Amino acid sequence: MDTIELMYQENILDHYKSPRNFGRMENASVHHHEYNPLCGDELDMFLVIDKHKKIADIKVNPHGCAISVASASMLSEEIKGKSIGEIEKLKKEDILEMLGIPISPVRLKCALLSLDTLKNSILIFEKYVNKQV
Amino acid sequence: MLSTQTKSLDVEQIRKDFPILQRKVHNKPLVYFDNAATSQKPKQVIDALNFYYNNYNANVHRSIHQLGEEATAAYEKAREKIAEFINAQYQEIIFTKNSTEGLNLIAYSLTSSLKPGDEIVISQLEHHSNFVPWQQMAKHLGLKLKFIKINEEAELDENSIRETITKNTKIVSVNHISNAIGTINPVEEITKIAHENGALMVVDGSQSAPHMPLDMKKINSDFYVFTGHKMLGPTGVGVVYGKKELLENMRPFLYGGEMINEVKFEDTTFNQLPWKFEAGTPNIAEGIGLGVAVDYLKKVGMKQIFERDREIVDYAMERMKNIDGITIYGPKERGSIISFNVHGVHAHDVSQILDSEGVAIRAGHHCCMPLMSVLGVTATARASFYLYNTEQEIDTFINAIHKVKKVFGV
Ligand SMILES: Cc1ncc(COP(=O)(O)O)c(C=O)c1O
Repeated sequence: MDTIELMYQENILDHYKSPRNFGRMENASVHHHEYNPLCGDELDMFLVIDKHKKIADIKVNPHGCAISVASASMLSEEIKGKSIGEIEKLKKEDILEMLGIPISPVRLKCALLSLDTLKNSILIFEKYVNKQV
Repeated sequence: MLSTQTKSLDVEQIRKDFPILQRKVHNKPLVYFDNAATSQKPKQVIDALNFYYNNYNANVHRSIHQLGEEATAAYEKAREKIAEFINAQYQEIIFTKNSTEGLNLIAYSLTSSLKPGDEIVISQLEHHSNFVPWQQMAKHLGLKLKFIKINEEAELDENSIRETITKNTKIVSVNHISNAIGTINPVEEITKIAHENGALMVVDGSQSAPHMPLDMKKINSDFYVFTGHKMLGPTGVGVVYGKKELLENMRPFLYGGEMINEVKFEDTTFNQLPWKFEAGTPNIAEGIGLGVAVDYLKKVGMKQIFERDREIVDYAMERMKNIDGITIYGPKERGSIISFNVHGVHAHDVSQILDSEGVAIRAGHHCCMPLMSVLGVTATARASFYLYNTEQEIDTFINAIHKVKKVFGV
């Protein structure tokens, strides 16, 4: 397989063509939108966070390249049921491992849009939403 | 496939002057179709930079010694060549670092005499560098910014041109060729309309100066801006052409050394044109290099380059039309730029897969986010050609698009 075939593996394309947890949500604890101006990738993330500070539900609405969409889709599966504490520990390397494909430096931004959106969602939740309850 | 005899340029001969075209990318011959972003450089230009640093590197306009004189003479000679290249006068050629700096120079300097409520007209087709400066000036000075709309063919709409430019308009600034979709704009006519309304006309020629013969007397715009690195020159040098009478009365943009005549504690008088607008030590080698690039373009012939653009674009369009699921943006008559999308595949992925076949294109919003929103897309893939590109390279590009479709199963 050449690098391209490795990169655009079947499971990546599958997540791209039918992202998991796709859509929007009315009753989310937090909704955050992140944009990557370099290529125009966009991601809306909706999280329901329960009283144990666990991710009870998630919806993602990604627009962009295969890498950014697949990354959002896979991450949404990964974090369901996880606690905020566990999410705060997630690193770039975890995302790359989750994707399991070679990512060139220029595509790193695409791959990491999902993590940036998630981290910022949690920050916003902790700073504003959680304070009020 | 076209045979070589029908080409209006000796492309094979030209290719020999560009060392980079020999290199391989992912083990495939490089097919460089990202010329609207920056062009490659002929060895004549690369050698000129080397020769300058090896033989007569010195500061210009201030060092009274042999090297200083040689450097100054070469730098000013480059200015002369560029003036001749666009049929302007020597004093009307201001060196900047690129188009962006040139457009900022004009925007800052021209708007300093405007009053709140005065209007500036640009178009929906502008690059961010002919957009954001005006938008921000308008915001800070209380000016009104208006946009000429594009029609269904992605050309500037004639009615919109006449409706948007009015007696309240002080400045009109549009590009000559759109970097995002290749539209060639009727800048001569727009200049007439601007002048009828008493407005000044600025043209962003970043994409036209590399590709077509230019005559400032004929276009008659008040300002014309371009950038060296897209026309075989080095990075770090651009040009503002401005009509002498206007430049003489304008406020300088950058202050400092070189641009002054006499500095006293109370006040400063400024240098003559064009140096009044060139503060500090300029990019000397790059200026000289741009002069050599202009020599090269003149030798090949701008008319021939423009005709060759038609051949290569027509050939590419014809071949792309036969592929299912491709949307091409932009008008029928275009510069050598093809902006497109493959259905079901993001432009970034198109670009990545093309790269794996050695084909370099650009993907994204092309610094035209407002235009992308008008077109209803967030990104396109863009192939842009220049004098060294061949029909055979187009064939490689077409095969690579088929690979994109195969990988994505579309
Ligand atoms: C139409 C247009 N205007 C302005 C620019 C800006 O040129 P530079 O980045 O050299 O300042 C570009 C190049 O990207 C362009 O294509």
